[in-house]
Amino acid sequence: MSDLVHITIDGKSIQAEKGRNLVQVAKENGIFIPSLCYYEHIEPPLGTCRVCTSKINGKYAPACTEKVREGLTVEVNTPDLNDTRKALVEMMFAEGNHICPACEKSGNCDLQHMGYELGISNTRFQHLFKDRLIDFNPQRMIMEHNRCIKCLRCVVDVKTDEGKTVFNYQNRGNETYVGIDYEQEAKLTEEQAVNAMHICPTGAIIVRGVSLSAPFGERKFDMESVQENFNKKKPGLRKREPVMSKKIVATVSLAGCFGCHMSLLDIDTELLDMVELVSFDKSPLTDFKHFTSRCHLGIIEGGVCNSENIETLRKFREQCDILVSLGECAIWGGLPSMRNSIPLSECLEEAYLNSATSEAGAHVVPYHEDLPKILDRVYACNEIVKIDYHIPGCPPDANHIWKTVKNILWGEEYSILYSEFKYD
Amino acid sequence: MTEPMRTHMMDRLWELQLANGYIRDEDIKNLSDEFNLSSIEIEGVVSFYHFFHRKPTGKYTIYLNNSIVADHKGFQRVKETFERETGATFGSVDRTGTFGLFLTPCIGLSDHEPSALINFHPFTHLNAIRVKDTISALRRGLDVDMLCDSPSDNLRYAPAPGSVFFKSFEPGMVLEKASVLGSDGILDEMKKAELSGRGGAYYPTWKKWLAAKNAQGDTRYVVCNADEGEPGTFKDRVLMNTRPETLLEGMLLCGYTIQAPHGIIYLRGEYRWLLPKLQAAIDKYREAGLLGKDCGGIKGFDFDIRVQMGAGSYVCGEETALLESLEGKRGEPRTKWFFPVEKGYLQQPTVINNVETFCAAARIIEMGSEAWCQLGIPGSPGVKLLSVSGDCKLPGIYEIEWGMTVAELLELCEADDPMYIQISGPSGECISIKDKYRRISMLDLLARKDIRSGGSIMVFNKSRDLVKVLLNFSEFFKSESCGICTPCRAGNFIIQRKLERLDLGLANEKDLEELKNWGMIMKNTSRCGLGKTATNSLIFAMDKFSDYFKARLDKDYNGLNLKFDLEAATEAYEQYKN
Repeated sequence: MSDLVHITIDGKSIQAEKGRNLVQVAKENGIFIPSLCYYEHIEPPLGTCRVCTSKINGKYAPACTEKVREGLTVEVNTPDLNDTRKALVEMMFAEGNHICPACEKSGNCDLQHMGYELGISNTRFQHLFKDRLIDFNPQRMIMEHNRCIKCLRCVVDVKTDEGKTVFNYQNRGNETYVGIDYEQEAKLTEEQAVNAMHICPTGAIIVRGVSLSAPFGERKFDMESVQENFNKKKPGLRKREPVMSKKIVATVSLAGCFGCHMSLLDIDTELLDMVELVSFDKSPLTDFKHFTSRCHLGIIEGGVCNSENIETLRKFREQCDILVSLGECAIWGGLPSMRNSIPLSECLEEAYLNSATSEAGAHVVPYHEDLPKILDRVYACNEIVKIDYHIPGCPPDANHIWKTVKNILWGEEYSILYSEFKYD
Repeated sequence: MTEPMRTHMMDRLWELQLANGYIRDEDIKNLSDEFNLSSIEIEGVVSFYHFFHRKPTGKYTIYLNNSIVADHKGFQRVKETFERETGATFGSVDRTGTFGLFLTPCIGLSDHEPSALINFHPFTHLNAIRVKDTISALRRGLDVDMLCDSPSDNLRYAPAPGSVFFKSFEPGMVLEKASVLGSDGILDEMKKAELSGRGGAYYPTWKKWLAAKNAQGDTRYVVCNADEGEPGTFKDRVLMNTRPETLLEGMLLCGYTIQAPHGIIYLRGEYRWLLPKLQAAIDKYREAGLLGKDCGGIKGFDFDIRVQMGAGSYVCGEETALLESLEGKRGEPRTKWFFPVEKGYLQQPTVINNVETFCAAARIIEMGSEAWCQLGIPGSPGVKLLSVSGDCKLPGIYEIEWGMTVAELLELCEADDPMYIQISGPSGECISIKDKYRRISMLDLLARKDIRSGGSIMVFNKSRDLVKVLLNFSEFFKSESCGICTPCRAGNFIIQRKLERLDLGLANEKDLEELKNWGMIMKNTSRCGLGKTATNSLIFAMDKFSDYFKARLDKDYNGLNLKFDLEAATEAYEQYKN
């Protein structure tokens, strides 16, 4: 008979076997402690991502490195702790170069999943856009350093039959990355290699020729939250009295692909409602070039990549009561920001001077006083003006857009389904 | 118990680094066979420490210190002169392979800035002429050890009855007294003297020793943390240079108390030039029968000490990171799954104390806890070594009785129009001259009356730019973070970007608020002390100097438009204007 101890998590008394892992005990008792690096069979626990930070006997500490003992009092779901956890996951998004719509692991990614569970629509931190390499040298694998969150799982868990490590941290500080040993990697069996890909919480370890793809909606984290009654309410949204007066809306696509605008059309029959309720001022939908009146709402698609984008965005801020970033590009730069870790001159010269289709000497990089000036990198809209709300997705789900707009304009009840909240 | 093969890793890497100036590809291959580890694991260790390189570092490898004190004393000019004279740029080697120039954080010579290490020999009080002469002398083939300095100890102040730490010392005396007191007697003396960890954490020494004594293990270890990396601290350097015997005796004392047979001094790579002196002291002790078998004639007490060189990593001053490094691994702090006194070095009970703590322990037994308690103030008895540097006429070591005020200290060191004072280095606390009547003691921190110090006091005058100081600190933490936990690795990077905005005048009120909040998040969630304290100075500074920060903000901010430097952002594109 093993030792039983009594602990309290968020006021709930729980009996558990002494010395067991707190995250595990909480899970078995229906309490979800968000965690990323934690992996059940790795002992001692890694304690690297810090997402499971809780208050343990009044002190901040990660739950995953805590052994259950008598009288332990744990706080998990407090506004302060939830915000701290969000901040940590946001840090990972800001630190890496995570482009969900272009990632094999999207939909099966633990990091993305944690973003969904915590309801992260934008990161509070400016993305760092550090230049990282993709290592194609290993025989069987590809190391995508842009996506690695340095959780240590692969370092500790992936070993060859001789017991040698295949992955190891290199450098330190903000230069830290997980290096792969080509020689040892070649010695892994197919099964071990695939296992390494699966143990990776993001898409940093990819095994060539082994597909991760599944149709949208059938991927691991697409449909259901691990938290029951997942009901995302945006904090800080004032609930307003519903007054269904007609509202004026303006929209624009800056450095975007118009995909978010297309997604808006997917609200199908509700478009008819919309036309009743909303009139469009400056927008690609009306083709108005200039504002004709002050607007209740401005919807911005795309990030800011040139001087004209800045002017337009500033104009929107001036003319609209509320501004919303629509989609990943507007929120943090998105796909166009793939150029951010590369010097501008290299990008322009590759495109205009050295590309396969350009003749030597025949091409120049366009420059004219009438042309907008290209910025050194793509900026998020909230680096230029204040943005009030963010709707994530690439493109955002039509329902998500329409529900948010209805909430902002008329204070309608706001509840986004887990399955509607996506980064891809 | 013999130490496993892996623990020789650091020594082997040092051998190779010194022999060839870098670790060659074939070395990695050989080490991988020798240690039966994958190459990537060896590479991981090499790339963790900044004195190990994978590319040639020149016949003369020059590490110039870029700490904030150096910066204020003329670092920039010295740096430019080095580049001009050697033909190399920092971070690389000149074309002939003669000179390699590298920047490094504080090398423990803050009282002699600007300073540099050339082939690990100290060169102090550098200026353009000195650099020019040195480089030309090296070109002429003169030996580095003939040209280098022996940095003076700068002992500036001791309490009226005379110095406790630096008075003459008779080897073996403490051990003799210890054998009379016995283990419990020693612990009792430590308790009465209220000795606590001088590295800055102030954990009661007797508790630590007792816990290790009572812990289960096959053997026990006494480890001295001589990885004095906190910028502005150099007291341990002076202790080891002047009275290395007291350190050895303090370790012997601990070994006797907890019945440990092994002592290890983890000496920071920057202090390699102190190694011969330390080694000589150890040899002398061994010859005198004070180390080895039946130390000091105490039957059955076998104890020996070896020195382990670090290789350039601030985080290795964190005790569990230090243990990892001793074990020949990357210096990544462990989780708190076990404490070192339970499972430390090689998973055995281990006491880790700072140099000054061991020296103080030896002195307490030598003079008796009663005499020790005559010094200082109630609740904080004894003396403390402070390393004072920055804008003052007399930088150096101040041995103060606990309870001295900051004002008295500033007067003693002849501070030049001080504005703010950095206590305990970048990870400590930043105080304003308005707080100069606060006492320096171990008393309650929360009372905000007294202030503790790990040993570093940096004085800055009115002409210094506080934001630039904080930027220097954040650059330091960003590159010294071990990189294993998210808040420290990414957080320090993010904070630095934000500070740059502030420095450029682009920030607004909201940015200040965020800086503070993010600083708190790092404090609450980081894995070890580095991340937990990295934003201390920032948070304190924003509290103390709120007017100063407000004056740096964007004055046109209306809550909607953020300031944007269009000229800077289009500079790269403008080069295509025909």
